[in-house]
Amino acid sequence: MKQPAERNEVIARLRGELLSARGPVFSSHSHDYPDLGPLNRAFPEHCFPYQGTHEFISHNSEAAAATLGFMAAVLSRFMKEQETAIWVGAHRTLFPPGLKAFCLVPDRIIFVDLVSEKEMLWVVEECLKCNALAAVVGEIPDIHPIAFRRLQLAVEKSGVPCLLHRHRPRNIENTVCTTRWEIRPVASLIEDGLPGVGYPQWQVALLKVRNGKPGNWQLSWDGQQFQQGNTTSMEEQQVYIKAG
Amino acid sequence: MKRYMSVWFRHLAADRLALRYPGLGGQVYVLVAPERGRMMIRSVSKAAGQLGILPGTVLADARAVYPDLLFYDDDPAQDKLLQSLAVWCYRYTPVTGIDGDDGLILDISGCAHLWGGEAAYFEHIVSRLQAGGYHVRAAIADTMAAAWAVARYGTTHPVLPSGSQAEILRPLPPEALRLELPVVDRLRKLGLTQIGLFIDMPPSVLRRRFGQLLLDRVDKALGRMPETLEPVTPPEPYVERLPCLEPIKTAHGIEVAIQKLLEGICQRLQQEEKGLRKARLRCYRTDGQQQCVEIGTNSPVRNHTHLFRLFELKIDSIEPDLGIELFVLEAPVVEGLTTQQERLWDLDTGDKKDAVMKLLDRLQSRIGAAAIRRYLPEEHHWPERSIRSVSDINETTSVTWPEHQMRPVSLLGAPVRIEVSAPIPDYPPMLFIHKGKIHKVVKADGPERIEREWWIEKGLQRDYYQVEDEDGGRYWLFRSGYYGEHKPEWYIHGYFA
Repeated sequence: MKQPAERNEVIARLRGELLSARGPVFSSHSHDYPDLGPLNRAFPEHCFPYQGTHEFISHNSEAAAATLGFMAAVLSRFMKEQETAIWVGAHRTLFPPGLKAFCLVPDRIIFVDLVSEKEMLWVVEECLKCNALAAVVGEIPDIHPIAFRRLQLAVEKSGVPCLLHRHRPRNIENTVCTTRWEIRPVASLIEDGLPGVGYPQWQVALLKVRNGKPGNWQLSWDGQQFQQGNTTSMEEQQVYIKAG
Repeated sequence: MKRYMSVWFRHLAADRLALRYPGLGGQVYVLVAPERGRMMIRSVSKAAGQLGILPGTVLADARAVYPDLLFYDDDPAQDKLLQSLAVWCYRYTPVTGIDGDDGLILDISGCAHLWGGEAAYFEHIVSRLQAGGYHVRAAIADTMAAAWAVARYGTTHPVLPSGSQAEILRPLPPEALRLELPVVDRLRKLGLTQIGLFIDMPPSVLRRRFGQLLLDRVDKALGRMPETLEPVTPPEPYVERLPCLEPIKTAHGIEVAIQKLLEGICQRLQQEEKGLRKARLRCYRTDGQQQCVEIGTNSPVRNHTHLFRLFELKIDSIEPDLGIELFVLEAPVVEGLTTQQERLWDLDTGDKKDAVMKLLDRLQSRIGAAAIRRYLPEEHHWPERSIRSVSDINETTSVTWPEHQMRPVSLLGAPVRIEVSAPIPDYPPMLFIHKGKIHKVVKADGPERIEREWWIEKGLQRDYYQVEDEDGGRYWLFRSGYYGEHKPEWYIHGYFA
């Protein structure tokens, strides 16, 4: 009979092996892993596997803006000061000065504006092969599973995170992404009794996460980091999901 | 050691007509043009020349001797023809020039060995031109004047051994020195019918009787005085050529050719501490057509693998057709790139920067530079003017991004009219209608007044409000003008996150 401590160690080791067998894992022991605040617990090893493909789905203009904000906030968690990111899109509405509120330097981002979807996919894939980039952001509503697979392979090879904003997609269930999110804006977070509009707050639904636990959170962004939303805590939310 | 080849098209205009109307081949015909009220013969066909009809004769005289002589109007487009022939000869040497109105002069220094020696080179060019339907005579010599003389008046082998021009010129008539007609006449009158008879006379004697021109021409022919050649296409300073013995038709062949050219040019750039910003590949096809592809880079580059990857994207746009016989790579724009700079780049973050640059080069060559942009802040409050689009990746500005301004993350291309109900004078709206949906405003911030800059344009100012509706959507609205004086209109201009 092994000692409980020893047994826990064995279990932890086996769990780690199991995890690495399921796909690439990122260690939370390194210092520069992205801190997503309350969201961390949903991920394997409590660490956001940012070197993957991440889909963000939005269905209307308000949600699209909220999604852009959330993506910018996530991007700012792992983009270092001197690094460059590429933003590819067809009908870009993003206003660069607006990124300043999410701790991003707008002039470190290179925008590629294209019309043809084929060209956009080529550019995204080409950029993903370049490991000098901090991230590649694509605003492409629908991607064929095979094309998506190509992007996924490029990400696995180079480790460049790929963030895809899918505004009004026709079909969302067919891709092999690492995480899939849906962001909706909710009433802003404001200190008691003060007038005006406060910190942006979102209903963040993590629809899919590889090797992790999907969930639903209310999050706000205080200009520096993610904060727990003001209405319901995560445990309550999960109870709520189970009940519903 | 300079070597020149002079090509003389003996019946250029007539040959051109025969090429256009193949039935004329071998016929006796002349080309005429009016001159001082008479029809003068300008050019004759080979058969007419053999009958003794010379250019410069009056047509009526020639017709008196040969009543069934065919004659056609001379077309003055000859210059263009010579020009195109000179460009065609570009596959044999990079420096080709037009010589008079019926000749070409080629600077062949260092080119002939690629065709297996001067004799083979000479044969190749002459036979290609003859197969094309031109009657040509040509000669190779150390000086342009000697080559000119031997091509037109020479009786010996046309490829002169180096340094032999003084000997070869001796038996030739004085016309071979390109002299003016009165000088030639005077020489003949004095019995000096061969160059050898006067070439050794003291210069002062010759100058007194025949002028300085004769001495200059002799000196040029003997190589004692330099003569310049005016090339048809000004040569690019950075150029690499690859003539092919067999025409290239396959994509793989083109790849190999590009790689070879790039290696050559990069080696030269390395020696001169330069990097190229723009490169152009010209492919000369066997049918006389030219294919051209161009690449540009965001920073000076002399890494041939990177440049090859840029060209690789363009290879499918090259149509080899029957085959390409000459590849020419030009670098029209080069910039300084010292080895030190290169080394610096590898050390710190520059390595990453270099990789991003290379990526952008690749994107640019596929989708065009206009699609790629960055934004820098500008010192304007008006939202549309507060950013400036730049294409240069390295460009920076002293203006910093404004802090503590509420700016939406998503901005509409142009503000959209909305219907509101708002208390006056300057309160945010209580509700607004956008795209047929009623939004009830719960929270609002503002107003932030932004004036138009009067030195740029005139118009109403905007009062911006950040509002939130009951569903949590956050909007950027503005009122154009104010109540009382104007009739204000409300617009939506963006969405906050």
